Order: sequence, then C-alpha cells, then structure tokens
Amino acid sequence: MTKTISGGNRGKTQREPIANSQLLFFIAVAIFVLLYVAAIIAFGDKGFLKPQTLLTMFNENAALIIVACALTIVMITGGIDISVGAVIALVSIACAKYLQNGGEIWVSILMALGIGLAFGVFQGFLISYLKIQPFIITLAGMFLARGLVTVVSKEGISLTSEAAPAFIRLKDFRISIDALGSTDIKGLTKKVVFTPGTLEVTVIVALIILLAVALMLKKTRLGRHFYAVGGNQQSALMLGCNVQRVRFHAYIISGLLAGIAGYVNLMHKGAGNPTMAAGMEMDAIASSIIGGTMLSGGVGNVFGTLFGVLNLSTIKNIVQVSGISNGGKEWWQNITTGGMLCIFIVMQSIILFVRGKSGRKKAGNKPAKN
Amino acid sequence: MKKQSEAQGYSFFQKHSQLLIPVTILALLLLFNLLRDSSYFNIAIRFNNDNNPVLAGNLISTIVDASELVILSIGMTLVTAACGGQDISVGALGTIAATMFAKVLYLFDEIGVAQILVALLATCGVTVLFSLFNGTLVAVFKIQPMIATLILFTCGRSIAYWIGQIANLFIPENPITPIIGTVIPGFPVPTPVLIVAVVGILFALVFKFTNLRLYTQTVGINQGAARLNGINCVAIKLISFAILGVCCAIAGVINVCRIGGKVTYNSLMVDFEMKAILAVAIGGNSLGGGKFRIIGSVLGAYAYCLLFNTLIAMKVPSTHITAYQAVVIFLLVIFSSDQVKETIAKFWKTWIVGKFRSKTTGTDISSGKEA
Amino acid sequence: MENEVLLRMTGICKQFPGVKALQNVEFTLRRGEIHALMGENGAGKSTLIKVLTGVYPKDAGKIILDGKEIAIHSPSQAQNQGISTVYQEITLCPNLTVAENIYIGRDKTAIVPWKKFNHDADELLKSLSIPARAKQLLGSCSLAVQQMVAIARAVDMQCKVLILDEPTSSLDDHEVEMLFSLMRRLKQEGVGIIFVTHFLDQVYAVSDRITVLRNGELVGEYKTENLPMLDLVSKMMGKELENLSNISVGHDKRATVERPAFYQAEDLASKETNPFSFHADEGEVTGFTGLLGSGRSECVRAIFGADKVSGGKVRVHGKSVKITRPKQAMKNGIGYLPEDRKRDGIIADLSVRDNIILASQVMQGFFKPYSRAEAEAFADEYIKALQIKTASQDTPVGSLSGGNQQKVILARWLLTHPQYLILDEPTRGIDIGTKTEIQRLVLKLAEEGMTVTFISSEIEEMLRTCSRLIVMRDKHVVGELTGEQLNQSEIMRTIAGGEEQ
Repeated sequence: MTKTISGGNRGKTQREPIANSQLLFFIAVAIFVLLYVAAIIAFGDKGFLKPQTLLTMFNENAALIIVACALTIVMITGGIDISVGAVIALVSIACAKYLQNGGEIWVSILMALGIGLAFGVFQGFLISYLKIQPFIITLAGMFLARGLVTVVSKEGISLTSEAAPAFIRLKDFRISIDALGSTDIKGLTKKVVFTPGTLEVTVIVALIILLAVALMLKKTRLGRHFYAVGGNQQSALMLGCNVQRVRFHAYIISGLLAGIAGYVNLMHKGAGNPTMAAGMEMDAIASSIIGGTMLSGGVGNVFGTLFGVLNLSTIKNIVQVSGISNGGKEWWQNITTGGMLCIFIVMQSIILFVRGKSGRKKAGNKPAKN
Repeated sequence: MKKQSEAQGYSFFQKHSQLLIPVTILALLLLFNLLRDSSYFNIAIRFNNDNNPVLAGNLISTIVDASELVILSIGMTLVTAACGGQDISVGALGTIAATMFAKVLYLFDEIGVAQILVALLATCGVTVLFSLFNGTLVAVFKIQPMIATLILFTCGRSIAYWIGQIANLFIPENPITPIIGTVIPGFPVPTPVLIVAVVGILFALVFKFTNLRLYTQTVGINQGAARLNGINCVAIKLISFAILGVCCAIAGVINVCRIGGKVTYNSLMVDFEMKAILAVAIGGNSLGGGKFRIIGSVLGAYAYCLLFNTLIAMKVPSTHITAYQAVVIFLLVIFSSDQVKETIAKFWKTWIVGKFRSKTTGTDISSGKEA
Repeated sequence: MENEVLLRMTGICKQFPGVKALQNVEFTLRRGEIHALMGENGAGKSTLIKVLTGVYPKDAGKIILDGKEIAIHSPSQAQNQGISTVYQEITLCPNLTVAENIYIGRDKTAIVPWKKFNHDADELLKSLSIPARAKQLLGSCSLAVQQMVAIARAVDMQCKVLILDEPTSSLDDHEVEMLFSLMRRLKQEGVGIIFVTHFLDQVYAVSDRITVLRNGELVGEYKTENLPMLDLVSKMMGKELENLSNISVGHDKRATVERPAFYQAEDLASKETNPFSFHADEGEVTGFTGLLGSGRSECVRAIFGADKVSGGKVRVHGKSVKITRPKQAMKNGIGYLPEDRKRDGIIADLSVRDNIILASQVMQGFFKPYSRAEAEAFADEYIKALQIKTASQDTPVGSLSGGNQQKVILARWLLTHPQYLILDEPTRGIDIGTKTEIQRLVLKLAEEGMTVTFISSEIEEMLRTCSRLIVMRDKHVVGELTGEQLNQSEIMRTIAGGEEQ
C-alpha cells in the first residue's frame, strides 16, 4: 500500500495547485503581453511605444469594460445576458434626447440607472422565478430595447455645447497624466512638443466599477453565492443559498451596469444613435471568455475580463495600423477575435475534460491518480 | 383501472397539440387582418419590369418574404432537437453562402443553369464545412451550441468579406439569378416559393426514406439510452449541423438573388439567427431538444413573417417592429413556462372547474402508476 | 453516556402510490454510536433517511430527538435540529475554497469575514485531523477529503446526528480508512452516526450496531459483534439461515447436456470493473449475483460494451470479435436491458411504437426505415405477446406504468431476435404478476435456444431462472455455482465467505 492521496500529506499540499480560473487568467495576461510586445516590435513607429496608445484603449473601451463586468457576473452564475448592447443604445439615446432638450445631468444619470434597472428586474424575474431560458428572455429584451431605441429617436442625436453645456464640459474633461506623456517632434520647425497622457472621466468610472465588482465578487456574501450557484446549483441549494434570489440579483446587477455603461458610452461619444453598441454584448461575452470565465459557470474574475477587453482592443489597434486596406479593417479584427474565441473555448473544454478525468474518478476501488 | 386506461387514450388533439400555438397565432393574425382590411387577402396577377406575369398581393408577399426563414427554421429545428441548443451563426453562414455563390459565378464567362448549379454545389460544400466546424465543437468538445456558434457569429461576415475580397457583394449580370429572385417567365408563382416547396418535398422524402427523425429525437431526449441502442450520437449531431449548413446555403442564395443589386456583408440576412430560433419556438418545439415537428417550425416562420408584414401594413414604422416582436416573444415564453402553466391550471381547477364540478367529470391524464 | 438514546424513530410509515415503502419501522440511535443501516435495494433505507431529513413527509410515526418529539419538514430544518447528512454525491461547491464550503449559507453578514473564516476553518480541520487547508479550493482535494470537509461542516453546525449515505462508494481503501478514523473520533465526542453502505467489510470494520430493513419492514437491530456476516446477508436477503431449505430448483436436466458456448470472455475489463472471465452457453440461463454495488451490473455492461472496455478477449460462437460499442454487441446478436429503466432504457417522450422498434430499426440501418404499416404490425405483435397495457401505440412511453415500460424495452430487444439477451434487473419495481410473467418468458426463451444472462436483487428469482450463477463481491468474481450448489445458503456463504474454496 503505497498510495498517496492529494491532500493526504501536508507537505505536498503547501503548494497551491493552479486553479482553472487562475490558469485561464494567466493565459489571457500572457497573450496580452505577447500581442503588445509583438505590436511594439512590428509597428513601434506607429505609436505602440507611446503610453497614450494604452490610455486610448481604456478611453475607447470604458463602456465595454463595464458591460463585460456585468456579463462576467451573469456568466459566473451560469447564465447569459445578450440584451446589454441594446440597453446601452437605449440609455444613450434616451439620455441624449433628454439632455439635448435641456435636461439636468443628475436626472439623466437617474434615467440611465432606471432604464438599466427596469430591464434587469424584468428579465431577472422571468429567468430566475419563472425559470425560462436566459438566452430567449434576454434575446427578447434585446429586441425590445432595439425597438424602443427607434421609438425614442430614429436619427442620431448629437449633443451640442449650446443645448447641454454642463454635460459637454463633463464629456470633454480630461485627466492629464504627465508621467505617461510623450514628446513629439512636430512641424517644419522641428519643435519638440510634450503631450501629457490623457484619460477620460469614463475610464475612472469604469475602473471604479471594475474594482467594486471585484470586491463584491471576492468579499461579499452575495458575490460568493454567485460562485456557489454557478459551481453547482444543487449543492448551493443544499448549502443554504437562495438560488433563485441569487440569480435574480445577478441579472439586476447586469441591467444596472448596462445602464451605467450606456451613460458612459454617451459620455465618450457625445451622441446617441440607434445602431450604437450593436454587437457589444458579443464583445463582452468574448472578453469574459478570453479572460477566463467559464461558460459552465462558477469560474471567472473581472480582472481577467479586463485583459479580455484589452486583448480585443489590441487586436483592433494592430489591424488598424497594419496597413490592411481601409474597408478590410473591421473584417480582420473580427476574424482574429473569432479565432481567439475558438482557441479559448476549445481550451476550456479540454481543461475541463482533463481536470474532470483526473479530479473525479468514478465509483470503484481504484487509486486516485493525483 | 379500466376507466383510467381509457382516460389515457391518445386522441387526435393530443397528438397535434404541439401545433396549437403556431396555428392559433396564424389564425389570429389572419382574422385580425380580415377585420382590419379585407383587401389584405386580394391576389392579382401583375406584370413585372420584364413583363412576366407574377402573383401579387399582401399575402403572396408575406409568403415570399418568409422563404429564407422557412428553410432556415427547418435546419434549426433539427439542430435544436438533436443538441438541445441553437445555432446563432446562421445569418453569418447565409452571408458566407451568398458570397461564395457570387464568387463562383465570377469564374464563368457565360452563366447558364449548369453554372448556377455548380455554384450552388460549391456554396453548399463551403457552408456544410463551416457548419460541421460548429457541429464538431458541439458534438465532440461538448460545448453549448450557442457558445460554440458564437465564434462564427463573430467572424462569419468577416470570412464572407475575405472570400469576396470586395467591399460590396454583387452578382455578375446573368439571366438566371433574377429568375431565382422573382419569377420564371410565363409562370406566375414566385420562384422562392417554388424553391421552398422543393426543399419541403426533399425533407419529406428524407424523413420518409431515412431514420433521421427517430434518431434525432432519440438523441435529443435521452442520449444515454440512444447510445445503448447503438445510435452514434456524435454522428447524428453532426448530420443535423450539416443539414443546417445546406439550409443556410439555399437561404443565402435566395436572399442575395432576391435583393438583386449591391449589398454589404453587414446588411445581408441580419438577425436571421434570432428569427429562425423564434420560428422554432413559435412552432411549439422545445428549445431544450427532443421531440420536434418540422411543420410546426414552418408554420412558425410564416406566422412570424405574417406578424411582421401585418405591422408594416398597419403603418408601424419598420424600425419599431422589433419592439412589438419582443412583446410577442415575452408573452409566448411566459405562457409556455411550466410555472405559469401550473398557476393557470391551479386557477382553472379551483375557480372555473370547481364551480362546475357537478357537470364535468375528471379527465385528468394520470401518469397511471399501476405497479 | 454510551447507552443514552439520542434519536428514536417509532412506527414510521411511508406510502408511495402503489408501494408501501416503510411499514411501522423502528430505529434507535444512541449517543456516541456508529449505527449501520443495511438492506437490499428497495428495502427502504433511503426512504427512512429521507423521512428523517425531511425530504419526504412521513405518513405516520414519531421522531424523538433528545427526548423531545420533533417535526421536520425540510433538510435545512433538519440541519437546524442537529441532523446533518453527507451524501454519496458530494453536495459542496468544488469551485469554492474549503473554508467557504464549511461556512457558506450560514453566515449572516453581508461582507465575508475571510480572516475569521480561514482561521476558524483551519482550527476545525486541525481538530478533526482533516488533511486540507482552509484556503485550498475544494476541487483540488481528493474525494475523501471533500467528504470529510462535508462532515466538518456538519460538525461545525453542532450536529448531534450525522447521516453518512454511502460515503465510501467512490473511495479507495486508504481513503476509507481516513474516513473511518474521523468517524471514530466523532463517535468519541458523542455524535450519533448513521452509516449507510453496501460494503459488508466496512460495516464490520466500523459499526457498533446494525439495523436491517427488508421490503420496507424492520428485520431487526443487532449488535455488530453478535451478528456474523453470514447471518447479516441472510437477513438482508430475506430468509433465516435455519429456514433455508436447500432446495435447488430443478435445473439438473440442463447441466447434463453439453452445449456449445455462445459467448466467451477472458479477462474482460472496463473502466468500472476488474477483469473477469465469463462464458454463456447456448440455451443457458446464467446469472450474476451479489449485493448491490458488487459489480454485477458493471460486468454485463462490459459485455455489451456500454462502458468503455479497457481490455480482454471476447469470442462469439468461438470466433474472436471486438465489442467495445453497443452497436457491435447488437451486430453480434446481443441484446441488453439496462438496470436503470428511466435513465438508460426508455425514450420517455417517444411513442410506444417508436420505443419498440428502436433497436431493431438501428440494426436495420439508417437508410432502411420500417414503413408505417410494418412498424405498426411489429408494435401490435409485441403489445399483444407481452400484454403491454397501453391506450394506443402512439401513447408516449413515459406515461405508462413501470411494469409496462419494462415490457416495452423487453419487446424492443425481442424484436431484434437476439441470440443472447442480457436482462439487468428486469423485475425491479414491478408488480408480482408481471414479475412471474417475465420469469416465465426468460425460461421459455432459453428453451427455444436463446442464451440469457439474468440479474436480480431477489435471490429466489435467480434460483428459479438461472442454471449457473456467478457470485460477485466488491467488484470481484468470488465464485461460480452450478447444479447442487444452487441454493440460498450456498450463495450467501459465497458472498460472505469471500474467496472461492
């Protein structure tokens, strides 16, 4: 009898085995670093060396970071929410219309939260208490929001500083960071110009939300219940979680975050239009998956999701500068995104399979292979 | 005991109860249109630009508009039944099909029926390959269908662009493709409707001469038992995806021929994946897989297009229509959810039936545990 | 303290539609005692546990805990009363840490006090000598440790009664020993442990008392040292040893005729079973017997290729063949009626007709579907032959009674005209009339030359039908009985005695 069991001797277990989520997270980070380094090597002259390129990535993707957090939460509980893109568009256009007619900023913020919350509560109720498939419900939610968008306005609404001066000031406010600035040699006079790195307010909002969600997932009872429900619904029930309520909360938070993302989107673009944020839900899902959120639920963290967003954004940038003809940019970007998604999805499936094989042995008096 | 087994009798109504939803929706919509404006049902023969006779009328245009959706919903039904999930890449796959079709036609100097058939075969080949990629992820890697097909959903249109290599998709001038999009000269029934009929007959033959229905349902209902009865579950799932691939090819070709002019990859077959899933659901098929009725999905597709065209005829702005659709979906799923059904049944028993108890006799379909 | 009564259940009755699951059952658990609850399949032990934990409401009877009568309506209520259950399937979340699994669902604060959790959990684990750390992910622990964490959770909830429902069925010997030492510790601390298992050795290794149930009735409560294993087996199986007449049902005439072997396997092994050798002759009814979980079902699954076959040689009609998938077995004329009718047998939503023709249709091939008329004729034929009670051929098989469902599956395999039919528990959960019908059918088929392998939990049924029995224990073949040896006491002796003499 010389069988050893994992956890059977203390010396052995001192080394934490790498959990699935951590493994996937590290892969996401590694890919980001690789992509970025490759970009610097290949297109260093096109701005990848400037810190501002990185900052711009955040500026451009603040809304995506927020909805990706929302999707991560929902996916941790084992669900899905594809209505977020449409909700963003609805919030953006509704707030834009209101502000253009001289509305108050704080009211518009409440409006954004209200719309998001309404969608979250309605969809969450149907999904968790009536036990209808989340995909169908949020698909209908997406249709509803897209339809309502055109009810609010058929054309795009561009906010002007005359109509909404306060909002435009907020929108144009930049946080400049000298430490992340860069010097350029400009013009015929070869003048050396220093431009500080600039960040939009939206990024601050996004980062605060990212941290808040991370803390919520890690430190609060609700957050841990999200993981429990996603990990094994039956077990969670036996352990005393109110599974229905926990799932309900996940969709409420998702709706709320979609509302905030909609406002952030408006703050970034300064305009609302009906086709806005089309397909953003899929970008958010892709970011979450690339960042190590398991589709089957129970595994994932928002920092991974952040790197998922950054990965997608880096690909976008590389495609942009790589000299692919104008019409083709978007296409290459989608193909690389799809390719990456494919790799990650298959990798998750394989990891689950391999771990499942070694981790869970079937009934029988066979020794563990760990 | 005997009485109970009689109560278990499997009536005509029970056998076709699944079709209740699409038939009711269709009937309600038709009735609504009849009351609203009876001219909706007028059918006339008009002459199109090439001076060919063509059937015209609101109802006809609804049927024509539904063509692609009907074909896609057939494939979607099979995938849903076998895999218990939906393919969300059919719109993208249809775009790939349209591009491939145009691309192959460019290879020929002169385009006749033979060349069209070659192009169609090539298109089918390509879409089936892509669909099998989806199928492999689902059947072999055991990934949820929706997530597996998210990959092609994301990049399918880009692949179409890469195949096409031009910004706007355009089918070369030829005498045949406009016929596919409109009518055969001298025969007033629109060609897409004929194609749907042919596809329908083909599927009827497939179901008659193979065990596809039995196998697919068995795999969808109880995979373990299917395996123990010698059915290769992976193969059945792959077949369902391959068939969906063929459906995508046909639908994509019809769509691009109907449009006729220049199209962009982003505007071709938009939201068709969602519509096809909806058609399957309206058809009374469980989205969780298992038993299915193709005819239900077909009726569902027509019901969907009738709803759409009715709203258009009511002068609802076309952009608002998605909101109305959403309301219909919400009502549909809410009333078909088990929880709501139970509540309604309880309500029915305690309030309606309870009052007339003396008149009615219990006709519960008991599960009959005699053992 | 030793003999203080902790839990007393008296006069417990529970009835399901058509089945009396528990009739007037008594059960007593003392403080600081490990009490094994034994019984064959359908004896009512799991029903008793579920009544105790509030999963099922009881029809009659009293549950007295610590001298007070209590009413339990849900598992969480049971937990609050101090009755905790650890199931065979681990009901914890593998994606959370060990500490979380101990405390989740019980904390009242909105913020998780991680430091306190981890500290307390480490203390708890240490005090119970469980080799796990609080911050470790539960999924990275072995199954045994996961079980122990579940027990730690129960202990931390101040449980007085700990129910272990088949905790050892997926553990290896070493892990079982670890679990036992934990159980002994808890016993010393005064916890009453109800231990449900089907491993006889383990019962003797750890338990103080044994309560045996059979057919929903109490057989008796015994001190472990006063009940030899042979007696235990006979009590579980249904006859007192003294009463066991050595009647062997008349199979002798068969044994005399030499018949060619239809199926031979050498060292056949699958993922689920140890290598075994087996042969079945034409027209012979063989049986695999043993207690539940002894590996009897796994053996026939390996023969049919239902589980992944990992080695061994198989010959059909003397010719070497490869059977790794059910389809190959079917092609070689083997049919298999699975143990779990609901999970592996019926296609619930499909009609009786489709269920009957399924296997035959698969053998016929994908491109050769039966015509409607053919299918109806087949279905009609077998509905009549087996007297299947169904309203029509179109009725979904899921709405039939258990016995009729079983007949439908039997019809499915008979329609393939197999040369070798494997029946795994064909009579479980079926009324007496259907049972005898099936037994008679088996004998008739054998007389017509079909090879049959039969498995049943009921030993009498096996004796009535089989002419040769393979006896199994703990996933090993421990004996083969034929002719004169075919009687209850010999079977029990073989099961209890272990190795073949």
